[in-house]
Amino acid sequence: MTIRPEDVPVVGREVTETEVRDHASSAGGPTDLRITDSTLRDGSHAMSHQFTEAQVRGVVSALDRAGVQVIEVSHGDGLGGSSFNYGFSLVDEFDLIGAAVEEATQARIAILMLPGLATVKHLKRAHAVGASVARIATHCTEADVSVQHFGEARALGMETVGFLMLAHRASPEVLAANARTMVDAGAQCVYVVDSAGALVLAGAQERVRAVVDEIGRDGAQVGFHGHQNLSMGVANSVLAYQAGAKQIDGALCALGAGAGNSPTEVLAATFERMGIRTGVDLGEVLSAAEEVVRPFIPRLPWMDRSSITQGYAGVYSSFLLHAERAAERYAVPAHAILQRVGEHGYVGGQEDMIIDIALQLAEEQSLGDLAAVGVR
Amino acid sequence: MTRTKASAAIVGPGNIGTDLMFKLIRRSEIIEPRYMVGVDPTSDGLARAKRLGLETSADGVDWLLARDELPDIVFEATSAKAHQANAPRYAEAGILAVDLTPAAIGPYLCPPVNLSFNLDAANVNMITCGGQATVPMVHAVSAVVPVPYAEIVASVSSRSAGPGTRANIDEFTETTAAAVEEIGGARRGKAIIILNPVEPPLMMRNSVFCAVPAEAGEPGALQDQILESIHAMVETVQEYVAGYRLRSDPQFDPARSGWGGQARVFIPIEVKGGGDYLPDYAGNLDIITAAAARVGDLLVAHRLGTETSWKSAADLDASATGDNRPEKAGV
Repeated sequence: MTIRPEDVPVVGREVTETEVRDHASSAGGPTDLRITDSTLRDGSHAMSHQFTEAQVRGVVSALDRAGVQVIEVSHGDGLGGSSFNYGFSLVDEFDLIGAAVEEATQARIAILMLPGLATVKHLKRAHAVGASVARIATHCTEADVSVQHFGEARALGMETVGFLMLAHRASPEVLAANARTMVDAGAQCVYVVDSAGALVLAGAQERVRAVVDEIGRDGAQVGFHGHQNLSMGVANSVLAYQAGAKQIDGALCALGAGAGNSPTEVLAATFERMGIRTGVDLGEVLSAAEEVVRPFIPRLPWMDRSSITQGYAGVYSSFLLHAERAAERYAVPAHAILQRVGEHGYVGGQEDMIIDIALQLAEEQSLGDLAAVGVR
Repeated sequence: MTRTKASAAIVGPGNIGTDLMFKLIRRSEIIEPRYMVGVDPTSDGLARAKRLGLETSADGVDWLLARDELPDIVFEATSAKAHQANAPRYAEAGILAVDLTPAAIGPYLCPPVNLSFNLDAANVNMITCGGQATVPMVHAVSAVVPVPYAEIVASVSSRSAGPGTRANIDEFTETTAAAVEEIGGARRGKAIIILNPVEPPLMMRNSVFCAVPAEAGEPGALQDQILESIHAMVETVQEYVAGYRLRSDPQFDPARSGWGGQARVFIPIEVKGGGDYLPDYAGNLDIITAAAARVGDLLVAHRLGTETSWKSAADLDASATGDNRPEKAGV
């Protein structure tokens, strides 16, 4: 295969080798954007919420050394997520948060909470063990359920970040209006959260831009949280930055729900290549991924039939392992369950519906089997 | 006592208060809704109540308590804060209070579980919509085996979650979890609420998970007893909420070490609204108004020394002429 000159993509202008070296981030240096690492929160899904304290300490210590400024630690579904519906944590998340706080020297520890699941009591407990950034998540059209929690987080003196999940389900205008609700309630940054890994390039960028236009004038920042289900996490993050996003989420080795998150180490390398300063030392973050996280991952997140279906059908990424378990129990295909979850429009948190759908599919399958042998 | 009817006031003319008014008119012969009280003169609920012949006011509880003839029973469909302020005033005036807010000043009440213990209470609390839908199931399981932990997930259409619920969503989870323990009989309870904006709106869905002894996780006599108890409870709830049903058979999962060696039963419930005033999908609002109306009818019957006059959905269908069905609300 011949590569013709016109095939070579040119994004913006070329960056020279010297410029890259001059701009290379050293831990703690000046930054153009801030990377928040969610290995120990979104990655909890991929670990079936079985993180040990030793793993948490190891990851925090490595990220802290690499210069990552914010490290998120919680059950995958946020504080209080340990449950039948989402999976029980191996270790109490407040113990893990406390361990992370102890381990960090410069990094701040963030928590995630979903109103309706976690309450202000959970938030206060997380603050008491040392968490200093509150990330508060709602479905992208339901921001008004978070108003009391932003107020409480600010009263506790925490930095606040809003998380508008399944952002592909709302138009840029609706997303901007919900971001406005969060900022008015006390959010200092609002993320466009591509929970299903369903946004493709312009779709991500126009949403980020709409939110920047709405809340930027108040001095609030905008963030982007990507998933790899359609392999767009890093590219969407770059476009988000170019549209004005100042906070970008990643996870080491992509450890996260579905096909995983934008890998923190790839974000660091890509932004460095583009001359955009993240404050993250590339060598250190590559070693954190390769030597600290990779060895304990039971199964690397990957773009397979099920997770690609999630991106394509717009399904909340954390449904993956639940769908696989239901598939096994009821002998129906996981991707078929996920496809139907997408058709029904279930949102984050409705993991219980997976059992329903598996039962329906099993029933249809057995009716189909009967039909095949001539029973009507 | 020669009286055969009790007069009622509804405080809070929103969707809940209005639906409750229709239910009392249609389903109870011994409760006569007489007053509807709000704070907003442009309220649609007040206008509807007036058209139906109730005395209405936007001057709040002060107006109500200044009436020459006070109501015998008041249904509070405002907010927890408002009921905290109003409850002592109702008590002082000798008015029986049925509280549909999460204030929980009086005992939690779930009609098929614990109404008979509380017939003499002067103030009763209706928990939450999710509580009314799930506590009977937790109780049905805990009546057969010990339940060390129960968890409920309530999924409701975004359109049927009003501003009060949204501003105080923690009250929903905390109140429901407390009722799962106190009334449901679980040693520890957890509640989760999810709002889903999908169109057309989803019916209210509730999932109940109970930890049960390992033996109950395997087919056998104990499992059969639990199933029987669940099915019997579904029928009892259907007496006042016709659209209450199991979405599928309860699912038992064998014991796991991650569940502390316990097995699990999963009970999926769907609640289709009665369509008295609110649309069918708003089963979450319907189940709490139906429970409150049912409770009111029984409390009044107890005080009047008469039989309950409650009309089940089947009775209504048998006698329905179709002309008394109210127009539907847009929630």
